[in-house]
Amino acid sequence: MDILFSTLTLVTFAPLVGVAILLLLRDEQRDAIRWTALTTALITFAISLVLLLQFRAGEPGLQLVTRAPWIAAGVLRVDYFLAVDGISLWLVLLTTFLVPVAIGAAWGAITERVRAFMVWFLLLEVGMVGAFLAMDLLLFYIFFEFTLLPMIFLIGQWGGERRVYAALKFFLFTFAGSIFMLIAILYLGATAHTFSYPDLRNYVLADGVSPWLFAAFAIAFAIKVPVWPLHTWLPDAHVEAPTPGSVILAGVLLKLGTYGFLRFNLGLFPVVAAQAAPLFGVLGVIGILYGAITAFAQSDAKKLVAYSSVSHLGFVMLGLFALNDLGIQGAILQMVNHGLSTGALFVLVGYIYERRHTRELSQFGGLWKVMPVFAALSMVVFFSSAGLPGLNGFVGEFTILLGAWGSGLGGVIFSQALTAVAAVGVILAAVYMLWLYRRMFQGEVTVAANRGLADLSPREIAVLVPLLIFIVLIGVYPKPFFDLMAPSVQLLAQGLDAAAVALR
Amino acid sequence: MFALVPLIVLFPLAGVIVNTFFGRQLGPNRSAWLAVTMAALAFTIGLFQLGGLTGNGGQAVTVPVATWLSVGDLHVDWAFQVDALSVTMMLVVTGVGTLIHVYAVGYMREDVVHNGDPARYTRFFIYLNLFLAMMLILVGADSYAMLFVGWEGVGLCSYLLIGFWFEKGENNIGNTNAAMKAFIVNRVGDLGLMIAMALLFWNFGFTLTFRELFENIEHGLADPAALAILAAVGVLFLVGAAGKSAQLPLFVWLPDAMAGPTPVSALIHAATMVTAGIYLIARSNPIYHATAEVYGFSPSDLVAWVGALTALVAATIAIAQNDIKKVLAYSTISQLGFMVAAAGMGAYVAAIFHLVTHAFFKALLFLGSGSVIQAMERGMHAAGAASGDGHGGGHDAHVDPQDMRAMGGLWNRLPVTKWTYLVGALALAGLPPLAGFWSKDEILLDAAEHFPALYAILAFTAVLTAFYVGRQLVMVFSGEPRTAAAAQAEESSAVMTGPLVVLAVLSVLGGALNLPKFGEHDPSTLAHGLRNFLATALPVEGHGLIEANVAFPSAAFAFLALMFAYFFYRNAYHTAHDHDPLEGLGGLYRALAKKWWLDELYGYFIVKPYQTMAQVIARGFDQGGIDLIANSLGDLARGIADGFSGFQRGLVRAYALVMLFGVVALIAWFQMTTVR
Repeated sequence: MDILFSTLTLVTFAPLVGVAILLLLRDEQRDAIRWTALTTALITFAISLVLLLQFRAGEPGLQLVTRAPWIAAGVLRVDYFLAVDGISLWLVLLTTFLVPVAIGAAWGAITERVRAFMVWFLLLEVGMVGAFLAMDLLLFYIFFEFTLLPMIFLIGQWGGERRVYAALKFFLFTFAGSIFMLIAILYLGATAHTFSYPDLRNYVLADGVSPWLFAAFAIAFAIKVPVWPLHTWLPDAHVEAPTPGSVILAGVLLKLGTYGFLRFNLGLFPVVAAQAAPLFGVLGVIGILYGAITAFAQSDAKKLVAYSSVSHLGFVMLGLFALNDLGIQGAILQMVNHGLSTGALFVLVGYIYERRHTRELSQFGGLWKVMPVFAALSMVVFFSSAGLPGLNGFVGEFTILLGAWGSGLGGVIFSQALTAVAAVGVILAAVYMLWLYRRMFQGEVTVAANRGLADLSPREIAVLVPLLIFIVLIGVYPKPFFDLMAPSVQLLAQGLDAAAVALR
Repeated sequence: MFALVPLIVLFPLAGVIVNTFFGRQLGPNRSAWLAVTMAALAFTIGLFQLGGLTGNGGQAVTVPVATWLSVGDLHVDWAFQVDALSVTMMLVVTGVGTLIHVYAVGYMREDVVHNGDPARYTRFFIYLNLFLAMMLILVGADSYAMLFVGWEGVGLCSYLLIGFWFEKGENNIGNTNAAMKAFIVNRVGDLGLMIAMALLFWNFGFTLTFRELFENIEHGLADPAALAILAAVGVLFLVGAAGKSAQLPLFVWLPDAMAGPTPVSALIHAATMVTAGIYLIARSNPIYHATAEVYGFSPSDLVAWVGALTALVAATIAIAQNDIKKVLAYSTISQLGFMVAAAGMGAYVAAIFHLVTHAFFKALLFLGSGSVIQAMERGMHAAGAASGDGHGGGHDAHVDPQDMRAMGGLWNRLPVTKWTYLVGALALAGLPPLAGFWSKDEILLDAAEHFPALYAILAFTAVLTAFYVGRQLVMVFSGEPRTAAAAQAEESSAVMTGPLVVLAVLSVLGGALNLPKFGEHDPSTLAHGLRNFLATALPVEGHGLIEANVAFPSAAFAFLALMFAYFFYRNAYHTAHDHDPLEGLGGLYRALAKKWWLDELYGYFIVKPYQTMAQVIARGFDQGGIDLIANSLGDLARGIADGFSGFQRGLVRAYALVMLFGVVALIAWFQMTTVR
C-alpha cells in the first residue's frame, strides 16, 4: 500500500485515472473530454504540490523513496524505484505545471478527435514525470522511451502538412540515439548486477569502459536536447506539431535530454564528464550562436522559436558542463525558464495561427494595433526569452555564464574565452527576438486579413497568466527555486570537482 | 529616513501597476496625473535621503530589501546604497523626471491626437513611470548585479518609448527600427558589463557588492595579475558606458532615438538614462584609481580620450544637422563626452556637476524643442485651414515640423518658449553666469592642468558647441518666418511652459550648486557645495579655485562663436530651400552632414554581413548541409512508411518492430548474463 499511495506513484500515474474516464466518454462530448483532461492535469499538479511540501529542503540525497522489486532474473533485478531530489524536483513540477497549460491551449488548437488527443496527452505526462522520478535505470529507459509514442501520435495525427515526415524524423532521430543508451544501461546492469542509480553511482567500473558508456548516454541525450549538430529534427517537429504538442516538446521533452546529461552522464561518469567538458562546452556555445543566427533568418514564426530553443539549450549545456555549483544550478533553473518562456512563445504563436492559419512573418505586422493585449503579453514573454534582467531568463543565463566563466575546464583562458563568446548570444537573442516582435506587432497593419482580428479571449489570457506569473516571480525572487535544488547540486558538484581535480 | 528608500522605486512601480490594470477605468487625465504624483513622491523620498545624509555626515548606508540571487558563492540582494553619489543621481532623476512628467501631460495630449491614436495616452505614462523605477534601481543599487537590472531595464523603457509610435517613421517602420537599434547597440555595451562582472566575481572575493568589492580590491592588489584583470574590468566598463552613454564607437543609436516623443528625448536621451555610463564610471572610481598605471596602460586615460574624442566628433556633426532635435541629440553625445572625459581624468565631481547642470539645460532645450515642434504643428494646422482661402502656400503648409530650415521668426510667436530656449542654449554654449559655464569650466580646468592634449580638444569642442547653438538659435527664432507654418506657429499651453520656466531658472542658477572659490580665502558659502557633498562618496581632485586663464578664454570664445554664428547665419536662409553656407566646405560638410558615414560603416561591415551569414547558414548550411543526414533518414522513413498501408499503422508497426528488437535484445542479454 505504501508503494501504491506514495506521493511519487500518485503524481506519476494520476493521469491514468483521467485516461480511464476519457475512455468512457464519447468522442462528441468535447467539452466533457476537455474538462476531464484539464481536471486530471490540475489534480496531478496538486499532487505535485504535495510533493513540494513533503520535500525536505537542505537534504541532498534522494527523498520520498518508493521502491519495490519488480523483475528479477537471476542476479539481475529491476526495481520499481522512484525518488526525487533537488535535481528532479523542479522538472517534475515544471511538467505537472505545463501539462494543464498545454491542455488549456488545446481548447482552441485541437478540435478534432479530442478524446484521442487528450488520452495521448495524459499518457505522455505519465512518461515524462516517470522519467524524471525513476531511479532504476531500466525503469528510466522505459519511461524515457514511452514518451516517444504519444508524441509521435500528437505530431503525426494532429500536426501540419508535413506531419508524417516530421513525426518519423522525430522518432528515428531520438530512437536511434536511445538504442545506444539501452545498450549502455544493459551493460551497466549486467556488470554491476543492479540498475539502481544510487548503487551505480558507487560502483567502480573497469578501466576504459566509462568513456564508451558516457558516449552512449551522451548520444541519446544529445539528440534529445538537441545539441548541435543533431538538432535538425527539432524545427521540423515543432513546425508540424500542434500547439500543445510544441509546448510540451519544448517545455519538457527536451529537458529529458539535459536532465539525462545531468543525472547520468555527470552523475555516473564524473571523470569522463570532466574530460569531455570542454567538448560539450564548445558544442553548447556553437548551439547558442548557431541557434540564434539561424533563428534570425527564419520566415516562419514557429521555426524561429524552435531555433531559439537550440540557442537556449546551448546555454543549459554550457552550464551543466561548467561542472560547478553555479553552472549546474543555473542550468537547472534555465531548464525551467525555457519551459516557461518557450512554452509561452508556442502558445502565443498558436493563438495567431488559429486566427490566421499561417505563421509566415510576411503575413503579419502591426498586430499591436489590432490585438493590444496579445501584443503586451507577447512583449513580456519575448523579453523573458531574450534574458531581460528582472525576468526569469536572465537569472538562469547570468548564473550559467558566471559558472562557466570560472569553471576553468580546458584551462582558465579557454573557459573564459568560451564564456565570452557564449555571452555574444545575449546580443543575438535580442536581435532575433526584437526582429520577430517587429515583424509581427510593429509597423502598420499591411495585410487586410489582419484588420479584424479579435484580441485574446479571457480563456486564452488565462492560459498565459500562470506562465507570466512565474516568468516574473523567478526573475525577481528565484531564491526558493535555488534553495531547494542547492544541496543536491552541491553534492553532485563535489563529486565532479573531485574528478576534475584528480584530472589535473 | 533611509528605510524609506525602497519607496523611491515602489512609488513609480505602483504607478505602472495601477495604470496598467486600471488605466482605462481612471481615464487619461487621472492616470496621467497619477503618474506625475508618483514621480513627485519619488522626488520627495529623494529629498528625505538627502536629509538623512546631511544628518549623518554623508555616511553611506546600505538598505537591504530582500535576497535576489543566492546560488553557491553568488549572493546578491535587492539592496539600496544611499550615499552622496546615489542621492545626487536620485534627485536629478526624480526632480527633472517630475518636471518632464508634468510637461508630458500637455505634450502628449496633442501628440496622441496628431499621431491619430488618443488611446495610447495612458500607455505613455506607464512607460515613463517604469523608466523612473528602473533608473532608480540603477542609481540606487548596492551591487553591479542590481545596477545591471536597472541598466537593462532603462534600456527596455528606451526601446518602448523610442518605438512609442511603432507604426510611424520611414516606411511606417522607421521608429521601430530606431528602437531596435538602440536596444541592440546597448546590448553590445551590456556584454562588456556582464564580462566585467564575471571577472570581478571570480577574482575579487566572490561578490558583486560595491562595498565588498572595493574593499577586496584595496586589500588584494599585491598581485600584478589582479591588476591586469582589474584594468580589463575598467576597459569593459568603458564598453558598457559607451553603449549607454552613447560614446564612440557606439553612439549611433542616440540620434535615431529622437524618434521617441520629445519628453522621452528630454528625460531618457538627454537628462538621465544616457548619464548612466558616467555614473557607472564614477561609481567604479576605486577600480580606475587602482589601475592608474598597469604595464604603462591606464584604463582611465582611455576613458578620458574616448570621451574627449566623442565630444569633438559629435559636435562637428551637430553643426551640419537641420533637424532641431538631431542638433540637440549630437549636442547631448558631445556633452556626455565632456562628462566621460572628466570622469576619465579623475575629475569625478566635475563630471557629476556637469551631469546635473546638463540635465537642467538639455532637458530644457529638448522640452523647448518639443514646444517649438508642436507650435509648428499648430501653425501647420492653422495654415492648412487657411490655405483654402487662397493664401497660396497650400503645399507650403505641409513641412517637416522639426526642420529648422522651415522655421525662422519664431521669436515673435512663442513668448515663453523663446526666453526659456534662449537661456538653455546660452547655458549649453557656456556663457557665464549660466549653469553650463561653471560645470564645463571645471572640466576644462582639470584638463588644462593635467591633460593638455585633452584640454585642446575639449576647448575647441566648446567653441564648436557655441557655434552650433548660435546657428540653431538663428535658424529657429530670428529673421522672417520661412513657411506658413512658422508664420502661424502658436505657443504651447501652461502645463508645458511651466516646466520650461522652472528648468530655465535651474539653468540660470544651477551653477550655484558648486561655484568655484575665487581665491584662497574666498569666504563664500555657496562655493564647493556639490564638491563638499560628494566628497564622502567620490575622490575630490584639484583645488577648486577659478583659473582666469581657463575661464576667461572659454567664456570669451563662446561669446565670439555665438556672435560669429549669428552673423554667419543671419541672412543665410530666406526660404526653406536655401543652402547652408557651410556647404562651401564641400566634402567636409558632406562628411559632417552624413555623420562621418558611421551608420553606413556599421551597415556595410556588420548588419549586412550578419544578415547574409544568417541566410546562408539557415538556408544553405542548416537545410542543405547538416540536414543532409536527416533528409536521407527522412527518405528512409518515408520508405518504411510507404511500405505499410497507411502512415498510422506503419508507424505503429515500425515502432513495435524496434521496441520488439529492444525487448529481444534485453531478454537475450538477461539470458546470457544469468547463464554465466
